[in-house]
Amino acid sequence: MSRRRIRLQALRIAIFALAAAFFLVPIGAMFEFSTRGIGVASPRTLSAWAAIPSTPELATAITVSLELALITSLLMLGLLLPTMVWVRLRLPRLNRIVEFICLMPLTVPAIALVVGIKPLYIWISLNFTDSILTLSFAYLILVLPYAYRSLDAGLAAIDLKTLTEAARSLGAGWGTVMLRVVVPNMPAAILNASLLSASLVLGEYTFANLLNYENLQVAIQYVSLVSAGTSIAVAVASLLFAFVLLMILSFAGSRRRRGGRVVPAETPIAPVATVPPSLLAEGS
Amino acid sequence: MDALVKAAKAEGKLTVIALPPDWANYGAVISGFKAKYNIDITSLNPNGSSQDEVNAFDGTSRAPDVVDVGQAVALANTAKFAPYQVKEWSDIPGGAKESTGLWFNDYGGYMGIGYDSTKVPAITSVQDLLGSAFKSKVALAGDPTKSNQGLNGVIMASVANGGSLDDVSKGVDFFKQLKQKGNYVPVVGTAATVKSGQTPVLFEWDYLSASHGKDVPTWKIFVPSNAVIGGYYSQAINKQAPHPAAARLWEEYLYSDEGQNLWLKGGARPVRQAAMTASGTVDKTAAAALPAVPGTPQVPSGDQTSKASQYVVANWSAAVA
Amino acid sequence: MTAAGNPAFNAAARPLGGGRRLPLTWLGVVPFFIYVGIFLLLPTAIILAGSLIGPDGSISLSNFEGINKPYMYKSFTNSIEISTISAVLGAIFGALLAYAVATGDPKGFLRRSVMSAAGVVAQFGGVTLTFAFVATIGTEGFVYLWLQQHGIEMYPNGVWFFDLPGLTLIYLYFQIPLMVLVFIPALDGIRPQWREATESLGGNAWHYWRYVAGPLLFPSFLGCTLLLFANAFSAYATAAALLTQGGVIAPLQVQALLTSETGSSAPGLAKALALAMVAVVLVVMSLYALLQRRTSQWLR
Repeated sequence: MSRRRIRLQALRIAIFALAAAFFLVPIGAMFEFSTRGIGVASPRTLSAWAAIPSTPELATAITVSLELALITSLLMLGLLLPTMVWVRLRLPRLNRIVEFICLMPLTVPAIALVVGIKPLYIWISLNFTDSILTLSFAYLILVLPYAYRSLDAGLAAIDLKTLTEAARSLGAGWGTVMLRVVVPNMPAAILNASLLSASLVLGEYTFANLLNYENLQVAIQYVSLVSAGTSIAVAVASLLFAFVLLMILSFAGSRRRRGGRVVPAETPIAPVATVPPSLLAEGS
Repeated sequence: MDALVKAAKAEGKLTVIALPPDWANYGAVISGFKAKYNIDITSLNPNGSSQDEVNAFDGTSRAPDVVDVGQAVALANTAKFAPYQVKEWSDIPGGAKESTGLWFNDYGGYMGIGYDSTKVPAITSVQDLLGSAFKSKVALAGDPTKSNQGLNGVIMASVANGGSLDDVSKGVDFFKQLKQKGNYVPVVGTAATVKSGQTPVLFEWDYLSASHGKDVPTWKIFVPSNAVIGGYYSQAINKQAPHPAAARLWEEYLYSDEGQNLWLKGGARPVRQAAMTASGTVDKTAAAALPAVPGTPQVPSGDQTSKASQYVVANWSAAVA
Repeated sequence: MTAAGNPAFNAAARPLGGGRRLPLTWLGVVPFFIYVGIFLLLPTAIILAGSLIGPDGSISLSNFEGINKPYMYKSFTNSIEISTISAVLGAIFGALLAYAVATGDPKGFLRRSVMSAAGVVAQFGGVTLTFAFVATIGTEGFVYLWLQQHGIEMYPNGVWFFDLPGLTLIYLYFQIPLMVLVFIPALDGIRPQWREATESLGGNAWHYWRYVAGPLLFPSFLGCTLLLFANAFSAYATAAALLTQGGVIAPLQVQALLTSETGSSAPGLAKALALAMVAVVLVVMSLYALLQRRTSQWLR
């Protein structure tokens, strides 16, 4: 038994070492470049980094992107979660359809999807509002595949039917069922879904850019054109920013778990993992 | 003019697109305009292509007011522009503008080969690039199948190798040879790749090449005397511009001595340069810093660019991939 | 059991005799379908409509015929090749990394930081990722030069980095973290009882993986691989920065046709291409959905 543990630990260390090398070395190369001076033998400088805070647009863009992330997450929880619960309980035949629809956004490349969605946004701009916050409707679409997967894993881990029937037999309305029974029983899944929504929104570029809005990634593009060093410095900075944000959110999740009302389904199946954030940002 | 200034200030905003700050000194042009008229400027999609600029005309209040596009895109989209003639309209040569003012050239330059003189030997002809000293060093600043700049790089290579503005095949063949010898680096050349040494030899507009001088003090530009390919960009005003007065004021600023000299400082050749030299308002130091034009410039027409583009789109991948 | 004794069952309708149940039950999903209809199905229909409009403005299938060219097919096969390889390799390495993480403390700092890092890196791409890799193993990259100094030549037969193999390697950078994130729930679902059961029956580690955990994890693993495939297939920003050799992969063709400034822009053809890409991924996605069904049976 302990020999197995030692072998396991050795394997883990080897894997982590290789992974660290593969993932951290290129970032190290970026950081190294961003601190280069001009000319071959010049000393290291942080001037590329210093240029970042001096762009006024960046502060607005960060705020706006955080707002978008919040709204998208709330929309996701308010629209997708009740729908999934309802389908599981009352309309199981629709399960496959909903799943398929939630996987669809991954099939259409972002650059093409934005071409299709642009007429809609023009209509919205002309008839309702110009605000960048309307982007959250489009972002929710992009987030669907990952949010669905995360929430689905969470719903599968709890015995939804029994819990809801018990609550309803005690006289709870559907609102109470959702807020005080379902949600507290899947904190990890909800956190994961929110995490991935946040990171997708923070990393999204294509939609904002082609719809003439200025979000965080668009502003970063602009800053990066100030100088060669700044273009790389700002990329590293945004990676660090996103990392810190995700770490904070992951700690927030664990504290909530202790506040469950009904007996939480803490089986090994309960998803503890975060789910992938935007890959469509890659496509941006 | 005063009425225009007042109307523009009342609008208070201007939206421009695809104007990177280090492209022909646009950073200074934008801040100059902001400082002079106190009008806020929103700069969209700085890395966008000319086609992106016109695609952004969506009729909303966030659409760009003015665009700075390549010739092919300008000619193809005149229906979307509003005609306007700046104060100095007569200074712009006849061939460089559309007669009613739908588009008019703003600045141009010549396709050159920029290189880091500490990393490669001095370049005296395009064929030098096939030498072994250039292994894994030669790059383009854009994909020729979609970028105006990239395409003109291939056209220049073609003319320097016996082709012409009507025959771009020699250029594609030249790059094929570069690739076979291992000299071609398919990475898109940017300020970062130049500074890091990833693309020490870069086919680029000479005014953009000039901006690398601040990162690499030993950067030099070579324009082949037998292939001086000129390229001009054009200004146009959005017919449905959300801020029409500010748009026109911006054009006035760009074509004023101040605006034109700022572009000159960025290494580009402003369209009014001849007129300004004659009247003495040109910035003499900046003009002197421009590389000399070693031969007779040739400028591909819209048709020639289209034809070249079609050939390149069909044959480029096979040649260099 | 009378109806009165069970008010919990669908308070909005009679629990028996279903006539009125259906319409009201369907009301619950209406908001979702309206939203999806407007923001997802409508844009897809617009793309479809746009692909059916020929260059002269009439309705025609000429755009789909435009795909019928050798360099278009090549870009599709290139795409499928890169996507498959980066998906399979990403899945294998990602699964290993996920295993290393899952066998640790579920609330520990290591797990949190690896997960957060994976979340960040899975969306990293484009110009800066390309730059980072070129700075590391490009022909001026410090790892390449260091290896060269120590006698190891990375590119003896031409610089493969600037071809599809290089692009595949760069894709792994975000494929592996994605795999870690999607696959970990499956690994979390492994119950210690399985291991104990295997050992009590006299099996060793090999038996455990080959006959117990392996088959149980396999549907999920394959499903995640298919997800990675779709991810790589529609990615283009990284390729756009690395390759100036034209539309080497399908999404680059789409991008070129939408944004080309040299007179070759053709939005109708771009939309037809996008639909062709959707067709490829739909096939992949259907397989994926099927496999997801099988997974959930085993881990309940």
